[in-house]
Amino acid sequence: MNEPKSSVCITVNGVEHRCEVPTRLSLVDFLRETLRLTGTHVGCEHGICGACSVILDGDPVRSCLMFAVQADGHSITTVEGLANADGSMSVLQDSFCETHGLQCGYCTPGMLVATHSLLKTNPNPSAGEIRDAISGNLCRCTGYQQIVDAVQLAARRVAAGNGNR
Amino acid sequence: MKAAIFEYARAESIAQACSLLAEHGADAKLLAGGQSLVPMMAMRLARPAWLINVNEIAELKSSRRDGAVWVTGAGLRQVDVERDGELARAVPLIRQGLYWVGHIQTKNRGTVGGSLVHADPSAELPLVAQALGASFVLRRNGSERTVAAADFFQAPMVTATEPDECLAEVRWPVWQGERVGSAFDELSIRHGDYAIVAACAQVEVDSAGRCVRAVLGIGGAASVPVSAEAIARSLHGTQLDDTTIEAAVESIGQYLDPGSDVHATAEYRVHLARVLAARVLRRARDHAAGMARGTRA
Repeated sequence: MNEPKSSVCITVNGVEHRCEVPTRLSLVDFLRETLRLTGTHVGCEHGICGACSVILDGDPVRSCLMFAVQADGHSITTVEGLANADGSMSVLQDSFCETHGLQCGYCTPGMLVATHSLLKTNPNPSAGEIRDAISGNLCRCTGYQQIVDAVQLAARRVAAGNGNR
Repeated sequence: MKAAIFEYARAESIAQACSLLAEHGADAKLLAGGQSLVPMMAMRLARPAWLINVNEIAELKSSRRDGAVWVTGAGLRQVDVERDGELARAVPLIRQGLYWVGHIQTKNRGTVGGSLVHADPSAELPLVAQALGASFVLRRNGSERTVAAADFFQAPMVTATEPDECLAEVRWPVWQGERVGSAFDELSIRHGDYAIVAACAQVEVDSAGRCVRAVLGIGGAASVPVSAEAIARSLHGTQLDDTTIEAAVESIGQYLDPGSDVHATAEYRVHLARVLAARVLRRARDHAAGMARGTRA
């Protein structure tokens, strides 16, 4: 049986991509292998680890649990799209560095996407709310505490109008 | 961990989805949120020849009150249903159950209908539907039928839905009394995991605090979520005091047929069901009393 394909138009980080994709290609494989946006990590490939989290039409979702064909006509923001326009790190990304919110870095794109989405709707989250927002993202290095610290630091910096160090 | 190949179609209406199902029948699956189906496809536990995407069908996303029922379209995202304040007042158990479901990334995609037709025996929404006696509107090419929850859930991951049918909407009973309370609780290894055992209850009391109506549901301890009807009925006319509740749930095991696994033995699951059943009944009673005070104030 030939590999069935379908045409899609997907906007990723503000850039429109029109191409033909195998129907079974997962969204994360489309991002990483077709578009070469390898910031999004692929971990468990069955919706457990959260490393592949991306923002779909404003909401965080797991890109391993979607086929690229389902994103036809939709907008995706990946971790590459979270940085400032000049390519420098966002306040949140910088705060992850400051507080040692990452060690091996495997979970980091998913953590950034999850916590970026949290801060958009809740600019001053409690530690409990942060833990809830990252409950679908596994990290085996940090013990999570430094990630919570990073998000709180980012929230304080933004509130103080002091985005950059 | 890659899905096997499949043909793909995007349906723009329920009628179109039904036509595609009529054409491809048992070889086709509807793809809604995909939070259960896609992992099964990745693990090759499911290998549909056709996948019909129903995510873009606007008519699957309505949410409205219709007299004594609330009608939710099967394609509504779990997160949207959880945030709907009007629905939460009309059928509070839906939000109380969804609190325990997955994580924000999965609730942003997962749908109400998808969870119900997937019918995992430990899942929260099927339990709420069973306890409340919700009904399911199933469409196929040219016809429609409504199935009661008691007939809908048939076995683990098996429902009354035929291969050529699409779940269009779910009709949730709205208890219209002034003193209605409900509660949902479960034990799982981590929040968001499937429940080892889950329980929910809804009660209505009169101005003297006597129970006039009650339902009690248990999930994760039988092949389908169960409604403990005789226990709930035995509470009618009582004050729902702790002793009465404890005595009533003593026989909960008659409804259950749990298995043993690495997480819990069958005996422990029955014990948990008894503890959780009593707990949700007490909380529902207190919630009902609080509603009454709120009404007077």
